[in-house]
Amino acid sequence: MGEKKKKIVKTIKIDLDKCNGCRSCEVVCSAFHATPKYSSNNPARSRIRVIHEPLRDIYLPVYAGEYAKAECSGRDKYVIDGKEYDECAFCRASCPSRDLFKEPDSGLPLKCDMCEDDPPQKEPLCVQWCLNDALTYEEREEEVEEEVKLEDVEVGLESMADKYGLQKIIDTVARMSMSKKG
Amino acid sequence: MRYAETGFDLEIDLTRGSIERVETDPRLTELHLGGLGTSAKILWDRVPPEVEPFFPDNLLIFSAGLLCGTPAPGANRTIVSTFSPQTLLMAYSMMGGFWAPELKYAGYDKVIFRGKSPDLVYLWINNDKVEIRDASHLQGRGAVETAELIRQELKDPKVQVAAIGLAGENRVYMASIEQGRSSASRLGIGAVMGDKGLKAVAVRGTRDVNIARPAEFMELCKEVLEYIKVREEKPVPGVMPILAGLGSPQEMKLHDEKWHTENFMWGNSRIRKRDFWNKEVAEKWEETQENVRTRLISCYNCPMKCGAIISVPGILTYMMKCFSKLTYTMAAFSDLDFGFRIAQRATEYGVDGFSTPQVMAFALELYEAGILTDQDMPGMPSDSEGRFYWLLDRIVRREGIGDVLADGTYWAAQHIGKGAEEYAHNNIKKHEQLPLKLGMLNPVYFLMYSTGEKVNITQIEGSFPQAPFATMEEREDFVKDWIQVPDEKFKQYLLDWEFRGEHSNPYYPTVEMSCEIVDWQEMMHYIDDALGICAGLSSFPLKPPYHIHNFPAFISSATGIDMDEEGLTQVARRNRNLVRAVNVRRGLRRADEKPPEDHWKKRFPELEAELLDTYYKFKGWNNQGIPTKETLHELALDYVSEDFLQRGILTDNEGSPSKKTSAGKERK
Repeated sequence: MGEKKKKIVKTIKIDLDKCNGCRSCEVVCSAFHATPKYSSNNPARSRIRVIHEPLRDIYLPVYAGEYAKAECSGRDKYVIDGKEYDECAFCRASCPSRDLFKEPDSGLPLKCDMCEDDPPQKEPLCVQWCLNDALTYEEREEEVEEEVKLEDVEVGLESMADKYGLQKIIDTVARMSMSKKG
Repeated sequence: MRYAETGFDLEIDLTRGSIERVETDPRLTELHLGGLGTSAKILWDRVPPEVEPFFPDNLLIFSAGLLCGTPAPGANRTIVSTFSPQTLLMAYSMMGGFWAPELKYAGYDKVIFRGKSPDLVYLWINNDKVEIRDASHLQGRGAVETAELIRQELKDPKVQVAAIGLAGENRVYMASIEQGRSSASRLGIGAVMGDKGLKAVAVRGTRDVNIARPAEFMELCKEVLEYIKVREEKPVPGVMPILAGLGSPQEMKLHDEKWHTENFMWGNSRIRKRDFWNKEVAEKWEETQENVRTRLISCYNCPMKCGAIISVPGILTYMMKCFSKLTYTMAAFSDLDFGFRIAQRATEYGVDGFSTPQVMAFALELYEAGILTDQDMPGMPSDSEGRFYWLLDRIVRREGIGDVLADGTYWAAQHIGKGAEEYAHNNIKKHEQLPLKLGMLNPVYFLMYSTGEKVNITQIEGSFPQAPFATMEEREDFVKDWIQVPDEKFKQYLLDWEFRGEHSNPYYPTVEMSCEIVDWQEMMHYIDDALGICAGLSSFPLKPPYHIHNFPAFISSATGIDMDEEGLTQVARRNRNLVRAVNVRRGLRRADEKPPEDHWKKRFPELEAELLDTYYKFKGWNNQGIPTKETLHELALDYVSEDFLQRGILTDNEGSPSKKTSAGKERK
């Protein structure tokens, strides 16, 4: 068990009524997370996606959340103001049931990191680029238990271990490092 | 590595069913940038003037602009180009939306179609996987409906689809290509698509678009966004509401239509209703609009909200933008409710909201004049709204009189005869224009109407105010932060421009000033159309975020190509001259360059001749509007002058007149 600690909780408030469906959030997210920074742009790599179906007036920005190794056994459907949202629409998980929040080349999971940067950004980039204020940024202080935070590499490895088995990953890494040395 | 562009085009031969991925020449990007520029080069090289619009050898090119798919705000335009069955000249029509960036992410800058498919097909581009698929089940389906059906068929809601409706399938000359909230409508490009047996182009891409100098480029993008924020809070005072802000005219947002309804013409561009707008109409129309407008929406990566989702109870939802809100309403002497209703059907059919209502109003004028009779219109309802639906249904199916009207007012009048030509009164280069009839000739607009290659005023105007400001205070206030001017002298032109007296239309701006003002305005459009930047953030509104001073940095940091203002001005000139050359080779001459005779009540034949003479000279063209050998040489377009010399369009002896023709007098 971790220690109780004060922590800043970063929140993005999403106002669906204000979204004009422009996907600037996807654009700047993928650019920010490119290596080197801003060197390329590709919404398929974005950690936010606007689920949009104009003819049903559905505009729903969703952030990439935790990686989930299995899909849910059931599905939820939401009806809001008479509009039925597709099952999984509000879910943030990168999971086997859909191609959302996965690196297009590797299939590895993506997750929103609130644009952690050095020096820190004043707000996540998607919020900065949303001139219609569909996305706004809020911070509040909470007392939370400290947790060990997984690094990107660890999250990726974990998902690969789920897919291929940990032993196979260990063997492969060992083989790779051997051949690099050789 | 190629930056901003992908460096690959798709070549699709619809006759043979072949698909090739072809690497492009980076030197052409330096010369023409992309979009309209590189497409014009392809049309010059590969479609000789003998090839008519409906020949298999005509090309249909879907091109992303150079900056599409980069984070540059508003870089989302698809430039579709081909040869127009309406004007018989080069056609380029543009659409915003989401299609062009998706094409870039799939790994291509252009899709070039040639040949004709024996059966109706659609193209499915999914990154490296490109296939021509059967579309027989989509025959006769609406354009919006088709996009939905294709998304369902491909089981991917993220697929972007550009499709034609029934009008395109039936080669109606005002057929559009529809793509969600956007459409490429003018000049009959949807008819060429239908002629090729191509119902739709669907695209999905998940690859990177690269930026040469990322940090610098993103800084510029941020500046543009910051400017948009500031500019939106500071509408330009003293101009009509649609010209005060940014974006394409904010017709979906605004309710106040006093200016349009009282200054634009009703019917077949005939009747001005000076006292139309009153409290009662204002309230009723506002209610109509509020009831059907579900949401204001944008194109890809743009904070503006120029479009809207329109849900009229009882009919399918569709999307609308700009002035089509009023074109049907005013052509039919009806109200806004009718406008929203018929536009839904017209959007599914895929027709140009600009020309189509005028064609129908033209038919009704002919009917009232007895030139068309009950025999031509069997079963036509007696009310205006009913007649518009009746005509629309027949035009898109080419049924009966609809078959004649489907060729637009110019060709329909030729076919009908009996004096019908007098009723096709609102054309330039055989194409219907804005329903606008004014009093005093404006020299700048005279030149833009006459010489615009797009044959559409909204695609060539914008940077300079349409009319003078009334007081010196207003003028001084306007020029104070007018950073967009390419040269300080333009501020003085505006300061000195008056409503009356020596410094007023038609003799002021002077002939020379008018040439410079036109040159600036069209330069900005040619830059936008090469880069894929929406005119609504650049060449169309006053004081836009993009201008000649920041574009060079955008281009060089995105692509790595060295670019300064002089270089960019040269590229814009090159593209403008190449498009002109393509049209000149098709027979475009001075005789074709004239606005409708009734566009202004007060005309000045001598001044107009002087304006054209001076503009041609200013451009480096001869007195027929043909770029001279020297001009072409300066622009590295020597291959054009060689072709002109061979064809006798230019002669080695400057003094001798060139062979006289006029753009496609006859149709074969």
